[in-house]
Amino acid sequence: MATVELSFTALPAHVRTARLVATAVARRSGVEESMLDEVRLAVGEACSRAVEAHRLHCPAEPVRIELSDRDGRFEVVVTDAVPGGVDDSAAPVAVSQASSVSSTGALAGGLTAREAGATDRAGTDVSSPPAPGGQPAGDAARDGTATPMTTATPMTTTGGVVNGSLPVGIGLAVIAGLADDVQISATADSVSIRMSWPLPDLT
Amino acid sequence: MDLKLDHHTKDGNEVVDVEGEIDVYTAPRLRELLIELVNKGHFRLIVNMEKVEFLDSTGLGVLVGGLKRVRAHDGSLDLVCTQERILKIFRITGLTKVFGIHDTVDQAIEVRKAEK
Repeated sequence: MATVELSFTALPAHVRTARLVATAVARRSGVEESMLDEVRLAVGEACSRAVEAHRLHCPAEPVRIELSDRDGRFEVVVTDAVPGGVDDSAAPVAVSQASSVSSTGALAGGLTAREAGATDRAGTDVSSPPAPGGQPAGDAARDGTATPMTTATPMTTTGGVVNGSLPVGIGLAVIAGLADDVQISATADSVSIRMSWPLPDLT
Repeated sequence: MDLKLDHHTKDGNEVVDVEGEIDVYTAPRLRELLIELVNKGHFRLIVNMEKVEFLDSTGLGVLVGGLKRVRAHDGSLDLVCTQERILKIFRITGLTKVFGIHDTVDQAIEVRKAEK
């Protein structure tokens, strides 16, 4: 069982709450002071992402975060309630953006295709056929397999998305740059991002 | 208040002083301010981040958006930031190459002047 579990309404105002709790638990668990900023930032990114996904698909569902000490590591898992195979992208542009985030497998590709719709939409759910990356993502989603993220490649900027002028998937790229171990799992019902940091060996 | 915003004119530049946390919740206010300043004809912006305690990718997006807006008017948006923990996210995303990042507001002003 996780050391601390937190569920919060999927609102931007609560992302800070999650950051504060995660940082406090990390500190208590013994994560080094110099790494606490990374924990704060990575948790913030994962929660912001989840909140945005909920806003589009299931605003009433809470976002869940679990914080644990496990095997000499401090681990954070942020879980949202949006199906992993869902593709919010309306345009091929979004699909090509998916490949700009360096990651293994179509699973993460399907994930970033979903991000495409997440940055700025008027709230309408665009149901479109799954992107090419979406089909394998669906298969992997059925297995519930996790695909570890490799380090992010440099981003190229997209055209004008109103809310974010940054490329799709930038949040995930930031997370990958901060935690040395990141795993993203998508199932038929949800996506979770698992990140961990080392705890100093006290033996 | 999670985020405090203030601005004043200095030597032909509009300096935006930001204090607090810039995240998914507070970033829209900064975005609105930058849009408002550009709409009022301020195309040389300097965003002072020295009192920023937290900046995430939403905040970065707002800054990039501001940069694009002023550039459409041949302007500039420079940052003042010496805090390593804030610079970190610029480094991770490669945005240190995109923004002029200076140690002080005066330095930012001088550098821009020298370029003219």
